[in-house]
Amino acid sequence: MDLRLLPDAPTDPERAAVDGLLGSPGSSWEGAVARTSLDDRIAHGGSEARNRRHLLLPALHTLQDAVGWISKGGLNYICQRLTVPPADAYGVATFYHLLSTEAQARAMAYVCDDIACRGRGAEELVADLEAELGPAGEGVEATWERSPCLGRCEHAPAAYFRIAGDIPARESWSPVDSESLLAWLRRETTTLSQPDSAPQVDSGVEGLRLLRRVGTVSPGSLDSYREHGGYAALGWAAERGPEHVIAEVEASRLLGRGGAAFPAGVKWRSVAESPPGARYVICNADESEPGTFKDRVLMENDPFALVEAMTIAGLAVGAEQGYLYIRGEYPYAEETIGIAIDQARAAGLLGEIDMSGGFRFDIEIRRGAGAYICGEETALFNSIEGYRGEPRQKPPFPTQSGLFGKPTLVNNVETLFNVLDIVLEGGEAFAATGTESSTGPKLFCLSGDVATPGVYEFPFGATLEDVMEAAGGVTGELAAVLVGGAAGSFVGPDRIDIPLTFEGAREAGLSIGSGVVMPFNTETDFGDITRRIAAFFRDESCGQCVPCRVGTTRQEEALARLTNEAATGTELELIDDIALAMRDASICGLGHTASGAIQSAIGLGLLS
Amino acid sequence: MTVQVTVDGRPTKVPDGATILDVLRGQDIDTPTLCFSDNLTPVNTCRVCVVEVEGSRTLVPACSRVAEDGMVVSTATDRVRHSRRTVLEFLGSSVDLSVAPNVADWMDEYEADTNRFGPNVATVDQPVKVQDDLYIRDYAKCILCYKCVEACGVDAQNTFAIAVSGRGFEATISTEFDNRLPDSACVYCGNCIGVCPTGALMFKSEFTMRRQGTWDESAQTVTETICSFCGVGCSLELYVQNNEIVKVLSPLDHDVTSGHLCIKGRFGWEHIQG
Repeated sequence: MDLRLLPDAPTDPERAAVDGLLGSPGSSWEGAVARTSLDDRIAHGGSEARNRRHLLLPALHTLQDAVGWISKGGLNYICQRLTVPPADAYGVATFYHLLSTEAQARAMAYVCDDIACRGRGAEELVADLEAELGPAGEGVEATWERSPCLGRCEHAPAAYFRIAGDIPARESWSPVDSESLLAWLRRETTTLSQPDSAPQVDSGVEGLRLLRRVGTVSPGSLDSYREHGGYAALGWAAERGPEHVIAEVEASRLLGRGGAAFPAGVKWRSVAESPPGARYVICNADESEPGTFKDRVLMENDPFALVEAMTIAGLAVGAEQGYLYIRGEYPYAEETIGIAIDQARAAGLLGEIDMSGGFRFDIEIRRGAGAYICGEETALFNSIEGYRGEPRQKPPFPTQSGLFGKPTLVNNVETLFNVLDIVLEGGEAFAATGTESSTGPKLFCLSGDVATPGVYEFPFGATLEDVMEAAGGVTGELAAVLVGGAAGSFVGPDRIDIPLTFEGAREAGLSIGSGVVMPFNTETDFGDITRRIAAFFRDESCGQCVPCRVGTTRQEEALARLTNEAATGTELELIDDIALAMRDASICGLGHTASGAIQSAIGLGLLS
Repeated sequence: MTVQVTVDGRPTKVPDGATILDVLRGQDIDTPTLCFSDNLTPVNTCRVCVVEVEGSRTLVPACSRVAEDGMVVSTATDRVRHSRRTVLEFLGSSVDLSVAPNVADWMDEYEADTNRFGPNVATVDQPVKVQDDLYIRDYAKCILCYKCVEACGVDAQNTFAIAVSGRGFEATISTEFDNRLPDSACVYCGNCIGVCPTGALMFKSEFTMRRQGTWDESAQTVTETICSFCGVGCSLELYVQNNEIVKVLSPLDHDVTSGHLCIKGRFGWEHIQG
């Protein structure tokens, strides 16, 4: 590659930030200021340098965190360090909402105005910030922007905010009031009163599994985790070996909890039996489906369980390296998991693991940068590899060719949590819970018009009504329930007896997706809610394929006319035609599901 | 090794590794393509070549999907026609396709109505970028097919002067920070022009003549010759109008070039007319 760089040089803080991540440059070829005589004779570059491309997104984060934006000089220095063409790096930087390639105030607040926070103080918060800091994005010292769902729906309104600097600060908070937020952004206070975000985790039934340690175990203490039975599962797995573990996962008939409901055992077996060579385990913690916050609650409150489950997965499929890809708006969860990983490594439970003959497995955290699409597994691979987070065409499937082109096991946080009980109890015993086709427990994210929003655990089989009752019931008169998030569908009050199982939902023409249950009462302006959903998909479409890139835009336009009484009479047919093309011809699930909520709202008569 | 596939009810044997598009071409089944080119890696982004494959929940892109033994492919179903028509309508309503070859015929064939989304819909309309004397970039005509990025990158030139930037409907082809082309890494090989399916990238000569109303393809002849600038032996197709060269391409199936050239072959002809 004939790398042509920009003439722009980094500032000292920019250089220091990038060197802090990548180390000092080894030669002037990589950007060292002083050129030595050795540099005249030996050129550094080639594939060795290009193989570090996967550090591009972490490097961009570093600049954003340190100086508040990605300047030409800063980007250029990263390109020189990693042998990435500047145009390519610019394409990556402009892909993510949380990265800015234009000068921006160091203090930035992202205010959630998505469907759960809407009508629960988000607009008031936005109005206060606009009055104090000026229009979105324009403040000099501090500014604000609107944001899609921040995964804190149980305590609306939510905000994610940060201050760039040598020691960057990142916070996510809900419910947030404008007075405290402004004080924080203006650095009048550095500490926030700990948000009242103790998750409401409850269940109508005895015997919590996934949530049993939440609130009782100390998230920052390996000892506490061990006292609660932690690492017994890994001990069992290491003793019996990979084949036993996979057999139990198969026997459990565990289906993926990320939304696609793919049999976990099939994936595990496929990666384990791939030809010898590198393979990876990825935990998908890019929880971005509007209305979803269960994975955050698990990670913030029981991080070691996830570390242990990933280690078991690594052992089972023969991977030595795991990645945890976590959305950028989850600073607490990221920090908590980071501490757990460090403690586990120090205790010999990551790295060289001294159990039954010893094996290697380690976990690296990768932070997303504001892109719903990166929760799509192949887009996630591209994001980790340092490319734009655009989905890949399947086949080949991740179990054959995933991260870095190697066989890769990708599981959602909640899916992995189930593995611990599967190992400890055995797959058959696990499968005794739930229904024939939907085994085990399931977490539901209750928000919207319910008395007590929160994460609720049920064995599969509970109905929509059961789940809403556990959350204290609907406030007001129920008009419709959004099941599965923005990518899901609305269900009318006459169908709340639907069992929330994979097969039950399928029979009802639904998907339980990530477990979102968001009731809306009769006071709701469904035109407003569906327009927000349409805007969400338009914003989050990666733009790669025509059906989704243009379809989400045309859908939003048609819906706006339909709900603003500017309808020309063609909108309903248009929306159906657009939906069919997006569902049939888009590359990935984003386009396939971008119309479900809107079409179901129309079908229920919510927009008329 | 061969695999057996069934296309529109007719069984056929094709070589292992052939794509569905290869199969369709072998059967003379006309299949629209925009982002596909024989000299580039398929990116399957335009989705205008989608076909129905039995057992697949969604339609699949013919250009990149490899034919598998026993595969049953349908190309003329309502679903296929609907998606192709809608994709053409999406493009026609958002992008200027006035000089894109074949598109008008496909619009007729699939009965696409690009006005059906209404009069005030979002488009990618924007000013033309004229930054040098060799070629222009008119991104109001860009369908974001990624071909120019591929030709500039690993598929041909390895220059990486351009990439997709931004996201969603706002995504566009761009240099770093949208810097002017002469200040970018561009080496003016013009391979991006050679693969552009919509005329978004165009020789300055063609652009100027179109503006003046003197561009006349019916009055043009094509002369094949070998580039004389060096010893590689690249085949050139000189497009001539009124005894003046107006643009230069190279045949996609040429052993030496695969359709790609360098700045000398692509633009050096101006010396002839100097």
